[in-house]
Formats: sequence, C-alpha cells, structure tokens
Amino acid sequence: MNLRERLSRGEFVITCEAGPPKGTDVGPALEEADRLGRYVHAFNVTDLQSSVLRMSSCALCTLLKARGHEPILQVTCRDRNRLALQADLLGAWALGIENVLALTGDHPVLGDHPGAWPVFDLDSVQLVAAIRELNRGRDLAGNELQGHPDFLVGAVVNATAKPLEPHLAKMRLKAQLGVGFFQTQTVYDPQAYLEFVRKVEGLGVPILVGVIPLKSAKMARFMNENIAGVHVPEPIIQELEAAKTKEDREKRSVDICARIVRAVKPYAHGIHLMPMGWDFLVPQILDQAGI
Amino acid sequence: MLVAELKPTEEILGYLRPGERVFILSCNGCVASVGAGGEKAIADLRAVFSQNGHAVTGSLLAPFACNKALVGLRLLREEPALSQAHVLFVAACGVGVQAVAQVVDKAVYPATNTVTYGAFQGLWPGEERCQRCGQCLLAYTGGICPLTTCAKGLLHGPCGGSHEGECEVEKGRPCGWQKIYDRLSKIGRLDLLHQCRTPHDRKAHLEVPGTRRRSTLWDLERLED
Ligand code: SF4
Ligand code: SF4
Repeated sequence: MNLRERLSRGEFVITCEAGPPKGTDVGPALEEADRLGRYVHAFNVTDLQSSVLRMSSCALCTLLKARGHEPILQVTCRDRNRLALQADLLGAWALGIENVLALTGDHPVLGDHPGAWPVFDLDSVQLVAAIRELNRGRDLAGNELQGHPDFLVGAVVNATAKPLEPHLAKMRLKAQLGVGFFQTQTVYDPQAYLEFVRKVEGLGVPILVGVIPLKSAKMARFMNENIAGVHVPEPIIQELEAAKTKEDREKRSVDICARIVRAVKPYAHGIHLMPMGWDFLVPQILDQAGI
Repeated sequence: MLVAELKPTEEILGYLRPGERVFILSCNGCVASVGAGGEKAIADLRAVFSQNGHAVTGSLLAPFACNKALVGLRLLREEPALSQAHVLFVAACGVGVQAVAQVVDKAVYPATNTVTYGAFQGLWPGEERCQRCGQCLLAYTGGICPLTTCAKGLLHGPCGGSHEGECEVEKGRPCGWQKIYDRLSKIGRLDLLHQCRTPHDRKAHLEVPGTRRRSTLWDLERLED
C-alpha cells in the first residue's frame, strides 16, 4: 500500500526524514533507510536543508525507490525558477517518484553558500498550484503536456508559530489548492499543537506532526537560536540538562519524544520523524509511544 | 530617470467593491514627467471612476508623494473629502504609494506600475522600499511592498521562519509578512489573503517600454550624450 492509500484509509502514517550526503557517498543514507524501513512508511528526502549544499533530493529518492522504499521528494522554491521546478518535477515522476512535499525553503544566507542568489520565483502556494496544474496535464503557461504526473502533494505548516494567524491564512490557501497532507515543523509543546488543531479542524486535510529527538540541552538551545521556526520550551531543556550519562540522555530523549507523540496522536494522522543521526532510537520511540 | 505607467483600467477597477468612493492622490514629481502622475493622472482616473459608478470625493496633487512627512501634512487639510472616501488611489512610484499607506488608516491602492528608477530611491530614506517590479502589488498587501520587506519576496504570507514578528534571515529584522498581516488586519482587509496570486511577471521591470522613454527628460539626456 502506498502513502496516498494509507492516508485515504485514515491509517496512522509514519514518515522519516532522509538527508542526501554532502558528496557522492550515498552508502550511509541508504543503510540507514534499510535499517528503518520496517518501522516507517515513507522517506521524506530533504532538498538542501538549511541551505547547505548536498546531493539532490531527486537522486536519493530514486536510489531509495530502487531499494524498495517509498520516497517523498522535497521541493523548495529557493534554488529554481518556475521552468526548472516544473522540469525537475516531470523528471521525478518519470523516475517513479509519486509524492512531493512543497515548501518555501530557507534563505541562502542561513547555509554554507550565503552569497547564493535567493530565487523564490514562485512561493510555496504557487508551487502547490503549479504541481496541481502539472497533475492536470498543463504547465504553468497553460500548455498541454504529453503525459502527465499524478503527484500526492504535501505542504508544511509551523503549527506552534507565534503569532499563528498569518501562518493559518497561508495554510488555508494550500488546503484550497487540494494538498493531500500537511506536515508540521517539529512540535515540542503539545498544548500549542492542540490549540492549532482546533483552529484548522475544518480543513479536512491529514496532518503529520514533526518530531525531532533532542540529543542534549545544548542542541535544544542551539535549535532555539538557529533553526527557523523551532521552539523548545525551557522545562524540556532542563529535563535534558539533568542527564548525567550518555545512556541517561538517550533515555530522556526517547521519553520526551514518546510523551509528545502520545499527547498529539489522537489529534494527528501521523508523525514525521527527523532523527538527525539518532535513527537507532526510532524503534524505541515508536514502541514507547504505543505505535 | 524614473519610469512608471498607469495600471490597466480593469485592474484598477478590480480592486474596488461596488459603490466604493475614492480619493485620488497624484504625485507631481518624477511620475508626472512620464504622464503617470500630475494633473493628467487625476483627470484620467477621475474619468475611469466616475464612468464606472465610483464617486470621487476629492483629489490632491502632492509635490513629492515619497516625502512621507510632507504628504502626511498635506493630507490633513483634505480630511473632509478623505473621510468620505472608502479607499485612496495613489498615482506615484512604489515608494510614494507606501508613504501614503503609512499615513492613512484606509486601504491605499497603487494606480501605477513602477518600471524603473534610474537609481533614484525617493524622498523617504531609511531602506529600499520599491524594487520597481513593473507589476505593483501594493493593493493586495496593505500598501507594504512584499518584494522589499520580505527577504524572500513571497506573495502569500509568511514562511515557516517568521517568529514573533522577526525574519529568519537576521535578528532584529522585522518579518515583512507580519507587518503586512497586521496592516491588513488594521484596515479590515484580511480577506485579501484568501486569494491566490498568479506568478509574478518578472520581465515587467527588465525593459522600459519604448513609449515611456519618449519623455522630455529622457530626450534631453540623450541629446547631452
Ligand atoms: S510591488 Fe513593490 S517593487 Fe513592485 S512596484 Fe509596487 S512597491 Fe515597487
Ligand atoms: S520571515 Fe518573514 S520576511 Fe523573512 S523571509 Fe520569511 S516571510 Fe519573508
């Protein structure tokens, strides 16, 4: 069963982030996917995350597909104009990629090539609209396509952003354009997530909640300072700070994640895990969360 | 040499809801020399509105609309006519329209597309406010330019990096889309965020249309060359 079918049946979906390598050595990424494959339904492959140069998302998606995994292609508006975006999407479909996650993309100044031209010819709403047109057999200029894709399109939303309202307005537009699912930025405050859900219930689009295991108090602070749109509340940071050994830190990390997943599970249609190198904790997190 | 042109009539009328009354502000500075401001724009716009069922409550010819303090003072004197209007149309460059939007708590719409500045940045210094994109969007964004105030030039609301009113790009830099949201909320036009915009026409500012070049100032410069 593929992701689209799982979502339409209302199954609780588990997706996991996969990061292409910095270089050509794809071995570790593929091995990690092989280890996690039995726990997750699809791998969501990042597109130059945080504007740091890596191998293309489409290449790793294709390699994952060849090993029997289901990929989700992340596509950002940061590096390609409307021509290149459409060209790459048509190519991805021809390579067997059926799912796309459309997002704005971080600004290049946050990455390792800060002088790169920030393209943003389309924004994420227009990218979703463009994919919808391709799915209908037309390009953005209205020209007919010979053979067309039928992507399942996902979009992202920051569920715990403050203030939330401007983000909700944009989310509603994406829902109007018919996105198949929303994926949230990582959530550390289940209460804030519930407030968000109450406001968007009527949209009728499945929501996958983002989860990043915290490795340490230092990492939590770093994310608060440096990762756009992430906020770890102080009590969680203190909980991690109290850990004395590596084992204790891992245990607390699993506890925190499982606790958040349990709290949001009744109000979500799935989770999106971003293990950031701690993929060995994924089975424990899912187990403790009762999934 | 600044070049701007009046927007197509259908677009101008498209901003208005039935029966809305308008006030016209026209800049007598740079745009006047290319026929997109001055007395001519007031006459042109008056004709468009009155022929299409929109009463014009008054008009003002402002020396330089991009001089925010001055234009604010001049508008004070127009208060009676201004208070009768639902919306303002401004025939000025993108900076001028934004300056007026900042001093008036009503919807302020651009009547023009700003195509180029020839390096002139207006009399409202502080930051670059208009990228002369040639397809002015200020009617949809509460008179705050999304292309200059948003670090990514987004057209449909904030990216995921907007947090507590700050942009992801730099500490202390305000998020343009938070500003736009607050402004639309203030003038009661949050409904503008429920519409999808077609992709921006990027070529509109790349080439100044030949017809716009035939101005006295342009010709004078060419003679001097
Ligand atoms: S949208 Fe912005 S850049 Fe374009 S003309 Fe208006 S003010 Fe200038
Ligand atoms: S944070 Fe705001 S201003 Fe900065 S890029 Fe995102 S939407 Fe634009």
